[in-house]
Amino acid sequence: MNLAVVFLLTFLIVCAASVALTKDPLKAILIQMGFSTIMAAIWLILESPDLAITEAAVGAGVTGILFFVTLRRIGLIGGKAGKKK
Amino acid sequence: MKLPRFLAVFLNWVEGEEVFPVPEQASGPFHSERIKKADPKKKPQTPGRKKDHSKLLSALYSALSVIVCLTVILTLLTTVSWLPRFGGDHNPVENEVYTRYVERELEEAGAVNTVAGMILDYRAFDTLGESNVLFIAVCSVIILLRADRKKDGSLNIPELESTPEEKPDDIIFRCAAMILMPVGLVFGIYVVLNGHLSAGGGFSGGAIIGASMILYVRAFGSEKLDKVFTFSTYKWITFAALITYTLLKTWSFYTGANGLESGIPLGKPGAILSAGLILPLNICVGLVVACTMYAFYSLFSKGGFGNGQ
Repeated sequence: MNLAVVFLLTFLIVCAASVALTKDPLKAILIQMGFSTIMAAIWLILESPDLAITEAAVGAGVTGILFFVTLRRIGLIGGKAGKKK
Repeated sequence: MKLPRFLAVFLNWVEGEEVFPVPEQASGPFHSERIKKADPKKKPQTPGRKKDHSKLLSALYSALSVIVCLTVILTLLTTVSWLPRFGGDHNPVENEVYTRYVERELEEAGAVNTVAGMILDYRAFDTLGESNVLFIAVCSVIILLRADRKKDGSLNIPELESTPEEKPDDIIFRCAAMILMPVGLVFGIYVVLNGHLSAGGGFSGGAIIGASMILYVRAFGSEKLDKVFTFSTYKWITFAALITYTLLKTWSFYTGANGLESGIPLGKPGAILSAGLILPLNICVGLVVACTMYAFYSLFSKGGFGNGQ
C-alpha cells in the first residue's frame, strides 16, 4: 500500500471520529463533507471512478445541503430562527 | 388515555416529558394503568434516592455501551485480519461470473464502461429497484413535509407563511454560483450521456444536475424555476422515466437477455449511439435522480415546489 493511501485512510479515521465527537452540528456536517471528499479520492486511487463521482456528488454535495436545510429549519444553525431560540 | 406502561412512557417522552428518572406521577397527556392504580397513601420516594438510582443506571448504561462498542470493533477487526489479501488470485470473488462479465461484456452489452454494462444490462433490475426506492422516498417526504393550502388560501404550516424565502444578498456567492452552475449542469448532462463510454452514469450524473439546480435556486431564488418545474412536471417526468425504463427492460428480458438477439442494435463500441439500451436507461435514471434531488431540497426548505402547489 503506498504512502498516499495510508495518509488518506488516517485522515478518514480522524474525520469519522471527529464527526462523532463534535458538539456543534454545523462543524459536524462540514467534517462529514470532508470525509466524503477524502472517500472519493480513495475510490479514485482504488480504480473505481464511477463510485468516486457518485460519492463526491451525493456524499459531499447533496447530503450536506439536505442536512444544512434541515438544521436551519429546526433552528439549530444560522438565520433568524437560530437567533430566536 | 389508558395505554401500556412502556408506550405511555415513550409517548410522554415524545411529548417532551421527563422519562429518566421515571417518577410515579401522572404527568403528560398519556397515562399508563399502573400510575392510575398507584396507592395514593404510599409515601413518595425521597428525591435523593431517586437521583442515585438514575445516576447508577446512566453509569451502567455508558459502561455497557462502551463494552458493546469495543466488542463489535474487536470482532470486526478480527474478521478483517482473516480476510484474503485484496486483489489476490485465489479470492472467492475471482470466479466465473466475474470472468464472464470482464471478458464477454463488450460483445454482449456493447458498453466500453464495463460497470455500466453490469448495472444496466446484466443487473438492470437492481437499478430499476433503486430508482423506485428514490421515487418512494420522495413520496414519503411529500406525505410528511408538503405544505398544503387550506380552503381560505393559507398554508397548513403557519411558520412557512411567515418566513418568506431568503435570498442571500451575497455578491461572492452569486458570482461563484453564476460560474459554477452552468458548468455543473453541462458536466452532469455529459456524465449521463457518456455513462456507457466513461466513468459515471445515470445516478452520478443525475446527482450532479440536481446539485446544480439546488445551487441555482439557493443563489437566485426559485421563482423562475417554479414556473417550469411544477409539481405535475415532476410527476410526469418521473412517471415517464420509470415507465420507459420498465418497458425497455421488460422487452429486453422478454427476448431472453444474456446477450441473445433482441432486435436492438448494439452499434460500434465507443460511439455515442452504442451499447443498445444502456444510453436510454441512463437518461431515465438520470432524470429520476435529478428530479428527486431537487424535490428533496425544495420540500425540506420550503415545503413544496412549483407555483401550482
